[in-house]
Amino acid sequence: MSLADLTITEAARGLRERRFSSRELVDAVLERAAQTEAELHAYLTLDHEGARRAADQADEELASGTDRGPLHGIPIALKDNLCTSGVETTCASQILAGYHPPYDATAVRRLREAGAVPVGKTNLDEFAMGSSTENSAYGPTRNPWDPDRVPGGSSGGSAAAVAAGSALGALGSDTGGSIRQPASLCGLVGVKPTYGLVSRYGLVAFASSLDQIGPLARTVEDAIAILEAIAGHDPADATSWAGEVPDFRAELGRGVEGLRIGTVTELSGDGYEPAVSEAVASMVAELEARGARVEEVSLPTFDVALSAYYLIAPAEASANLARFDGVRYGLRVPGATTEEMMARTRAEGFGPEVIRRILLGTYALSAGYYDAFYGQAHRVRTLIARDFARAYERVDVLVSPTSPTVAFPIGERTEDPLAMYLSDICTIPSNLAGHPAISIPIGLDDAGLPIGFQVMAPALAEPLLFRVAAEVERIAGFDARPTGVAP
Amino acid sequence: MPIDIDISHVARLARLALDDDQLELYRRQLGVILEHAARVQALDTEGVEPTGHPLGFTNAFRDDEVRPSLDREVVLAEAPEERDGYFVVPPALEGP
Amino acid sequence: MSWEPVIGIEVHVELRTDSKMFCGCAVSFGEEPNVNICPVCLGLPGSLPVPNRRAIEWITEIGLALNCRISPVSVFHRKNYFYADLPKNYQISQYDVPVAHDGWLEITVDGATRRIGIERAHMEEDTGKSIHLGGGGRIHSAEATLLDFNRAGVPLVEVVSRPDLRSAAEARAYAQELRAIVAELGVSDARLEEGSIRFDANVSVRRSGSEDFGTKVEIKNMNSFRSLERAIDFEIARQVDVLEAGGVLVQETRHWDEEAGVTRGMRTKEGSSDYRYFTEPDLVPMVIDERWQDEIRARMPELPAARRARYRGLGVDPQTAGALVGAPEAFRRLFDEAVEAGADARAVANWITGELVAWARREAVDPSTVAVTGAGLAELVAMVAAGELSASAAKDVLDGMARGEGSARQVAESRDLLQITDRGAIESAVDEVLAEQVEAVQRYRSGETKVVGFLVGQVMRATGGKADPRAVNELIRAKLDEA
Ligand SMILES: [Mg+2]
Ligand SMILES: [Zn+2]
Repeated sequence: MSLADLTITEAARGLRERRFSSRELVDAVLERAAQTEAELHAYLTLDHEGARRAADQADEELASGTDRGPLHGIPIALKDNLCTSGVETTCASQILAGYHPPYDATAVRRLREAGAVPVGKTNLDEFAMGSSTENSAYGPTRNPWDPDRVPGGSSGGSAAAVAAGSALGALGSDTGGSIRQPASLCGLVGVKPTYGLVSRYGLVAFASSLDQIGPLARTVEDAIAILEAIAGHDPADATSWAGEVPDFRAELGRGVEGLRIGTVTELSGDGYEPAVSEAVASMVAELEARGARVEEVSLPTFDVALSAYYLIAPAEASANLARFDGVRYGLRVPGATTEEMMARTRAEGFGPEVIRRILLGTYALSAGYYDAFYGQAHRVRTLIARDFARAYERVDVLVSPTSPTVAFPIGERTEDPLAMYLSDICTIPSNLAGHPAISIPIGLDDAGLPIGFQVMAPALAEPLLFRVAAEVERIAGFDARPTGVAP
Repeated sequence: MPIDIDISHVARLARLALDDDQLELYRRQLGVILEHAARVQALDTEGVEPTGHPLGFTNAFRDDEVRPSLDREVVLAEAPEERDGYFVVPPALEGP
Repeated sequence: MSWEPVIGIEVHVELRTDSKMFCGCAVSFGEEPNVNICPVCLGLPGSLPVPNRRAIEWITEIGLALNCRISPVSVFHRKNYFYADLPKNYQISQYDVPVAHDGWLEITVDGATRRIGIERAHMEEDTGKSIHLGGGGRIHSAEATLLDFNRAGVPLVEVVSRPDLRSAAEARAYAQELRAIVAELGVSDARLEEGSIRFDANVSVRRSGSEDFGTKVEIKNMNSFRSLERAIDFEIARQVDVLEAGGVLVQETRHWDEEAGVTRGMRTKEGSSDYRYFTEPDLVPMVIDERWQDEIRARMPELPAARRARYRGLGVDPQTAGALVGAPEAFRRLFDEAVEAGADARAVANWITGELVAWARREAVDPSTVAVTGAGLAELVAMVAAGELSASAAKDVLDGMARGEGSARQVAESRDLLQITDRGAIESAVDEVLAEQVEAVQRYRSGETKVVGFLVGQVMRATGGKADPRAVNELIRAKLDEA
């Protein structure tokens, strides 16, 4: 077994026992990338030099007695919508080709301070808009479990990298499911933290009121280690939570005895693959067998959550992406006037999905339509939060499939935006409410493709979320590794 | 109910130079998506306030303290066109 | 039938905080281009704004000074429009819940005082600066545009009046009063030449007696109070001309051309002003509660209107009170100290707004460095009242005091300017002159009374100009009449 296949927790132990160095760990990961990248295309940029330098430094520190904690010396991948000082950051868009930010995102800086070794920037749907990582200006990422299928998205590059072993863990961003859905499709753990728990400073914004940075990893324990490094108040992000960060490990190991678990009526039925529904149902039965009290809960507003999301997210995106105009950085397509230069730059620099969402958001905000679309969507968001609050009076956590389907074939949904949007039906409500949610792999379907199980909890209830997730992980005993790409 | 969209107006607002074929394609796609999105209109939201920050906190400020700015050369190195310390763009057609 | 102008003014005030509205870049002027820039104010991908607490306190001061109500909860919005000097292509501004709203401001024009409604005062960020090259700087004939983002993100307060102004003179008075208030609060440099305070006017006309509003035209680019007044006067006349000729006005933005003295329409694309406002998701609501408001209020200085009322209460006439309100702060403090020292308020106010202001301007001296004290000024006024100094001698004394030559009496003595107030000394001088000027005395007695002036002059000459001419005059008449 290659060092690249270790979990973060295992690797951390090995480093401290001097069984291998961070440099060896990073070299193993880079070697894995060399074997798999031609097929997978998980990375947009691999920073060999920077990674080796950081690994050497991590080794020196450990040798001299400086221990920065569980991530010290661990190779981590970063989604390419996180700004990295001096390292190209493109958001998988032509409009940012060759762009080198002058600063690190707060989450990236904190990872570095925790001793982690960033190995490269991973592919994504352009500006995180998509659910398959096919909307990348630099070509799609493929699923390590089956290269003819998508890895999910938009953090598909991060998911594929961790699944394939070209990183031990990764950061992604989740606006409507962009961490959890690819985690589900790639057999990984993916966490969307409570909105405000992780600073968004340096995350290139898609939809500011929904975006959260979070970890993708092989185990719940690994995900916690990453989240511990990046969570916490940041004075540079006015929306970041200034209160205390909960102790994510506080409830680990307590099992589910006595917990009330709700299944969601609206997140089942037609459109859910039988293998997915069955795996989820049997996991629920296992939890019940271990003492959880399970009941079905109806959250009627979930039926319009997707609609609300596809008004709110594009509206915010239309403003967030207005800054890409060819004036100060990135692509410029010449024009006779400022207006013409800007309009050409944007039309040529953005891909079709981004343009579609900018148009959608611009329309939803424009005079005469604001109240019917954007304004109404925001009021509906309040109703969704109320539905959640009512549900949490009866249950402690909610569970559902993470994605209605397993990984789907490349190209299957590219011509039908609406079908693609439906991939996020289970994950979107948590973003709208600002609540934490996690996806845990619970098994494979007949074709050997991973199935993910979602747990949702109230705001700042991450300790409870991880408690349930750890139990789900223990029950599932999922230790399969992708077979689609030979290491 | 099909939704009628003045797509060239929207494209102009969004500063996107799209040709007629593109405009037509997006007009149709937006129509489909908006028909689905219009389902939000079915809910009764009378008296419902729009959502603010999910954690409901207020007053996040910074003190009035000067912090170092960026090195101009670093910033201008990313600029498509620069001259004498300025960013340069083609002439403006209209006022703000 | 006559026309009535309807005018509203929008004022943009740049706050002089140390750092910008949403980032730590310095607020400073006249620097090299693009030196005060960072990821936030340059709109780099991934950057986020964090509001400057002091700017929020200062707009609250402005709101309170304008008798506004302060919104207990207020939010920022994004105002979306593309322009090269707007880094994010949206401006963080406020929309339906500004920090302050529904206030008023009093102005006095030709002796009449009117209350002008303030609709709102909201917080926003400034844009960068565009320099249009070629074609003489005219926007649409420029060959290229240079962009400097030093000003981008400087805190800006926009104050919007109600359309309550009825003449260009009123508009000017309103603008001046508002400028005086923000200058007094010390929250802005409030310099028109440097653009730290900028005025736009919305002008329409309607038939006198009508309650409806005519077509509104926005005028921009006035950089002095005078040009504000001229531009509005021009625009009123232009609109009346168009309407009387049976024409139709279009709602538009017009530029004031200072040299030509005309307003000109700007070239704009139709329908481009759909700003698509929505709540700024990068910021949380601001709660300015009663307690915070009280803290802010306690720090505020006395404002022009209150000060004017106080001066009037001390017996200062309206015009002098107005001039004193507009006088430099050091001189206003001098007034307070002199009154405190027991001086007659009216006289002190006259000396300060007349002679002292003129002296400082003539000598190009910073008012705060003028050596006059309140007690000194009180002494000077008392000496004049007692006849110890003539009006012209007192001006000399003030000059000496201002140059630091000592107290009023010390200067009067060292410059030998004291009047002779000893009645006996004056009387003997008069007696001598009357004895010498036999012919003049004869002429007086024969009815030619205006010869007294000549005799007074002779006495003044004999006393080296230090006798009180009024006393001399009285004495001569008394002596001639009694004899
Ligand atoms: Mg404004
Ligand atoms: Zn800045």
